[in-house]
Amino acid sequence: MADSDITSSEIAELQPASGTSWLNLKELSGDLVRGLWEEIPLFRLVLGTCPTLAVTTSATNGVGMGIATTFVLVASNIMISLLRKIIPDMIRIPAFIIVIASFVTIVDLMMAAFTPELHHALGIFIPLIVVNCIVLARAEAFASKNGPLRSTADGLGMGLGFTIVLILLGSLREILGNGTWFGMPALTGIMGLFNYEYQPMIVMVLPPGAFIGLGLFVALANKIEEKRKGKK
Amino acid sequence: MGRLIIVLTVICLVATIALARVYDITKGPIAEQERLRTVSAIKAVLPAFNNDIDKDAREVVVGRDKKDRDIKIKFYTGKMDEVPVGVAFQMTAPDGYAGDISILMGVTPEGKITGIEIISQRETPGLGNKILQEVWRGEFKGRSLEDGPKLAVKKDGGEIDQFSGATISPRAVANVVKRGLEMYRKEFSHGG
Repeated sequence: MADSDITSSEIAELQPASGTSWLNLKELSGDLVRGLWEEIPLFRLVLGTCPTLAVTTSATNGVGMGIATTFVLVASNIMISLLRKIIPDMIRIPAFIIVIASFVTIVDLMMAAFTPELHHALGIFIPLIVVNCIVLARAEAFASKNGPLRSTADGLGMGLGFTIVLILLGSLREILGNGTWFGMPALTGIMGLFNYEYQPMIVMVLPPGAFIGLGLFVALANKIEEKRKGKK
Repeated sequence: MGRLIIVLTVICLVATIALARVYDITKGPIAEQERLRTVSAIKAVLPAFNNDIDKDAREVVVGRDKKDRDIKIKFYTGKMDEVPVGVAFQMTAPDGYAGDISILMGVTPEGKITGIEIISQRETPGLGNKILQEVWRGEFKGRSLEDGPKLAVKKDGGEIDQFSGATISPRAVANVVKRGLEMYRKEFSHGG
């Protein structure tokens, strides 16, 4: 027993990326966590900013878009990882896009059928998940080279990282620009307690507010990363 | 080369079948959601009714657009115990600040507005999209063509409030409501 344990861990050390033992928890958690900070899509990779800027007018929209993207990421990562040995290199991009587009269409139809309010709010940006570069980037950079389990972890991590930033940005813009948070009175409520009417910073829910908000967040993330590296 | 074609074809085929299945599953619920949206909007603009609103709807050709296609409007008649209480129909204002504004308006048999709902709009958040506010939409209640010039925003000499910094959106809505009333009179004045 002990012998076999040593050999398997030795192999894993020699070839860390090849995934010889298919259930390696340390590797899996690494894949999962990487998307949450080290390669968090919007801050460190700065991928997928187009839908981010467009839909984050409220925190609820952020959650909806985040979940939809996460689902597509995980599903397409799994599918592409399973197909990675069948798909010839030359046609991998069109094959990936077909897989991704199919899942996006499924999400689009499902949301229209079962969460019509959210579907109405996100509108055109659901079909546009197809061209969200995070999804294709993870397919190309990760899922096409790794097993389905690790690809699931990667998709989940990246999706969660994306969702967190969308919620942050959506919250900032909704609180400042509309005075509410998830539709509940936030600043409007606080100001209301003192009998003042909150004058919303309209610019925050307009397109420029998205750029200002994301810019500030990226700057903050860079600062934190700098500090973290300095300590090491 | 052959392998490339086969692999891609198979992938497309599987994707098509999967999408067809999902489409089949969601087709019913999506149509139902669409209907619920319309019905709940109609309920909001009309007085209480108890008939089957879909059954008593009729489509009327009201004119022709620039490309000579029929412009159709669906009139939903609400009835309380077989007595008509009002008609709801959708109108589109082409002159919003950011594209079309679609509204659903309810009109009593006497030609008075019972309420309006904004169906779709893309006006500026915080400015033009205040047309969504219930208080503002309520200003239209009870108005009719007899109000004449009063059925317009204050800047145009009427009685409907505009918003500071946003006159175009309310003006577009006020104008389209007026147009709707005129059309209603044309369609329903002769005993309808």
